[in-house]
Amino acid sequence: MTAYDEQRLAELIKALPPAPQAWVEAAQVLPLARGRLDDIVARAEADLAFRDALVANLEDALRLEGYEPETIPLDELRRRLES
Amino acid sequence: MGDEDAWRELVTRFSRYVYAICSQAYRLSQEDAEEVFQEVFTRTYEHLEKLRSDEAIRPWIGQLTRRTCIDRLRAGAREEIVDPDTMPGGADETMGTLDEAFAVHEAMATLSENCREILDRFFAQDESYHTIGAALDIPSGTIASRISRCLSRLREAFEGRNPAADPSS
Repeated sequence: MTAYDEQRLAELIKALPPAPQAWVEAAQVLPLARGRLDDIVARAEADLAFRDALVANLEDALRLEGYEPETIPLDELRRRLES
Repeated sequence: MGDEDAWRELVTRFSRYVYAICSQAYRLSQEDAEEVFQEVFTRTYEHLEKLRSDEAIRPWIGQLTRRTCIDRLRAGAREEIVDPDTMPGGADETMGTLDEAFAVHEAMATLSENCREILDRFFAQDESYHTIGAALDIPSGTIASRISRCLSRLREAFEGRNPAADPSS
């Protein structure tokens, strides 16, 4: 028997069960989405025409500029554009 | 591999470790654990440029998760606030076990996909022989011998990666 016999290895495998899948998926996309959000807000601050287009029709304006609206937290973007 | 793919892989790699610290070492509620989980990965993403050394990532994430869990416990309006470092089998001891468990899972990642799946489903996901057999399309009567064989391979892989774990070396 060694410090890491097969029973001990089995216990250590068991010690790390999977995290809930929804948490993992959110962690995989949210930081990336926040990066895109920061980029859009910075552009809107520098380009008033782009900002007006976003305020008029957020999703269309994003698509026109090559963004995928479904990958962006739209409620947070609206809030930041209004502030 | 693109940055987005690399990020997704990093989250997958460390998700169990972060989750286990929240739920086992600090025994957070599911709601608090989820908030800590997301905060840890958001802050990790923000610091990614400074964490290019692979060896630095695990201890950094471990410390960040511990600090975030403690902040959450302190901030929580609880009737009874528990100091995790004074609990029997407290956070330090559990962290030691989780660090070892992370190293074992890293060694598991070097095994064949079939061995990884069998060991993970049986031990970490608590699935029955029948469920594993159906999911992997293998006779359930052979699962026990496959588990034994895969554990032997894991032991070789683990001791190969961690010579200090092998007392004969």
